[in-house]
Amino acid sequence: MHHQSNVTYRYDGSFDGLLCCVFESYDKKEIPTDILLPDAASLLLFPEKRIVTDLEKANRVLASIPKKIGFPALEFIRHAFLTYLPQKELAILRFLRLGYQRGPAVMQMLADETVNILFKAVRHLERESHLFKGFVRFSVINQVLVAEIEPKNFVLPLLVQHFCERFPEEKFLIYDKKHGMALVYQPYKPMVIPVEELELPEPDQEEQAYRELWKVFYDTIAIQGRYNPQCRMNHMPKRYWKYLTEFAGTFQKPHRKLTAADGNSRLVVSGGMLTIEGTAVAVNGCGDD
Amino acid sequence: MDVFDKLKILTDAAKYDVACTSSGVNKKAGAGQIGSAAASGICHSFSADGRCISLLKVLMTNVCIYDCQYCVNRRSNDTPRTFFTPRELAELTINFYRRNYIEGLFLSSGVLKNPDYTCEQLIEALRILRKEYRFNGYIHVKAIPGADNRLTDQLGLLADRMSINIELPSQSSLQLLAPDKTKQSILAPMGYIQNRIQENSTDLVKYRHVPKFVPAGQSTQMIIGATPDSDFQILNLTESLYKKYKLKRVFFSAYMPVAENSLLPTPDTEPPLWREHRLYQADWLLRFYGFSANELLDQQHQSFNPFVDPKCNWALNHREFFPVEVNRAPYEDLLRVPGIGVNSAKRIIVARRMTTLRFDSLKKLGVVLKRAKYFITCSGKTADGLKFTQQAVLQALMSEKTLAMYRTNASLESHSKQLSLFEQPLLALPKLLREGIQQCITSPM
Repeated sequence: MHHQSNVTYRYDGSFDGLLCCVFESYDKKEIPTDILLPDAASLLLFPEKRIVTDLEKANRVLASIPKKIGFPALEFIRHAFLTYLPQKELAILRFLRLGYQRGPAVMQMLADETVNILFKAVRHLERESHLFKGFVRFSVINQVLVAEIEPKNFVLPLLVQHFCERFPEEKFLIYDKKHGMALVYQPYKPMVIPVEELELPEPDQEEQAYRELWKVFYDTIAIQGRYNPQCRMNHMPKRYWKYLTEFAGTFQKPHRKLTAADGNSRLVVSGGMLTIEGTAVAVNGCGDD
Repeated sequence: MDVFDKLKILTDAAKYDVACTSSGVNKKAGAGQIGSAAASGICHSFSADGRCISLLKVLMTNVCIYDCQYCVNRRSNDTPRTFFTPRELAELTINFYRRNYIEGLFLSSGVLKNPDYTCEQLIEALRILRKEYRFNGYIHVKAIPGADNRLTDQLGLLADRMSINIELPSQSSLQLLAPDKTKQSILAPMGYIQNRIQENSTDLVKYRHVPKFVPAGQSTQMIIGATPDSDFQILNLTESLYKKYKLKRVFFSAYMPVAENSLLPTPDTEPPLWREHRLYQADWLLRFYGFSANELLDQQHQSFNPFVDPKCNWALNHREFFPVEVNRAPYEDLLRVPGIGVNSAKRIIVARRMTTLRFDSLKKLGVVLKRAKYFITCSGKTADGLKFTQQAVLQALMSEKTLAMYRTNASLESHSKQLSLFEQPLLALPKLLREGIQQCITSPM
């Protein structure tokens, strides 16, 4: 039997770190009241335990999941880890504990509270990532396709395959402002890296022209007699509009620094330099990978 | 004329075409190519009328030798005319595609000079896209009725989907409004394309490298409400198109008055959007829910009930089928319950292997209990506190908006006015509904 304990865990925020929390939970036969990120404030007065990420422990847990609960369950918690579900760490821990008890059948227990809460969160993530396959808007800047998004969930890993299959020969960058990460691709080499800020040169004439052409198309394609803003809003909620070219001018983009002066084939990323030119993507000092 | 004006004119002329899905084919760009396609389709935007935008939907030209009365591009209409050169069109497509504005191209055209010449222009645009730009994304192209079969062949080898519009649901309506077209002139090329798809799929089994002919299949559309065809006729036609021509989709388009003509509804006529909506709901029931057209409508009931959707309507009239026991019923029976859709039915099947489902678990699986609870049992029990009052069932089966309309006599009258374009005695409809509900309440569970 496992026991609810009056202890909270604090981990480093990585997937391996979370697996170590699972290890600890089994090792000490305890279920923490919460699992916190390094900088999260603890609202509870329970004692706190710092869980150190130990790759050996993490790998033991990782290997046991497909063996005991199956590959779909592993894929499922990997996705669950990308969601913005509050206390997702605790939910994943509970799910795994249930999985070790019940085996692969846990994936079918859709009506179970522990499973259902993750199931819904993952469905939200998958829906949102599907929407972004359509709602990402690239600008062509010095032959590089550049886009910004602000998703609720961390969808970038789920977009990698789609955009690589779409533009295998292009260089592109999708910057997730919310999570401070970017998907950077140059032919046949995708990377997801931390990025603090993105500085872009002013769009050139051709880019401006295509944005305007797209607006012309967007404004013309609607049939006036069928005007239905509510229906549009259901399919494309307003939080997505900010970066959609067709609504340019509807929103300001105050966060973007436009550096008109240099306008050469360099994309500057603070906290490191991200250069996309010729064939090389050089990433220096960009965080922890 | 610059490309901005051309785009405006040729988009404006193309916007009444309904199909905009990029679905039905799965492929990714190979080395040196650009463009992929997802079988589920991807919407890139939604226009102010709430419709999905996934393709650059334009005409090659809005010049046309025909004079179809319902069409904005008819010869006799006084409107600015223009055309894209094949290269202009290809460039526009590829530049929109790179910026992720679109999933591909939907190309239609007025008939310029003659069908063969028009078809050649389309082929050239697609050739530039496919061979020069090495574009591997989605292309939906309109077949040009009357063009040589060899040209249709070439076009089909460059496209993912092809379609020919039925336009109007019956021969008599066609005769009235599109005298240059006959049922035969539409169905013949549709049959030809169907044969080519069939042949191609057999060839693909035998030889690996046969080029694919319209791999995402064929679709069509028809206009609703310009002519007196009933929902029953339209739905039957739809069903036979799926069966006979193996169409992937049939689209419906509520008639928007774009032309003044004594044969057409007056320009101030409201487009029958609710009818279009009901037809789409019924179409869904045909394709994914195992219903047949004759179950949804029949000779006595030729029009859809405007107040409840076709599935609820069917359920109200088939009390003998219910209640359905969610812990035992086969998938097909679950699908017939109002409030249970394809996804929730599948989840029920999965989840009930592990546990006996109760009403609160159904809610977690996405079942709309508000509607479903009148038609199901969980382990033989009905929902707690279930009230079978007329008001309760009505509220459950109607949307709030419809319910509000149902309650105000004023809008009932406007409904009947709109409906009276067709042959159904419409004031009878709410009565019919009342009877259905009465029956539903009085019959034993």
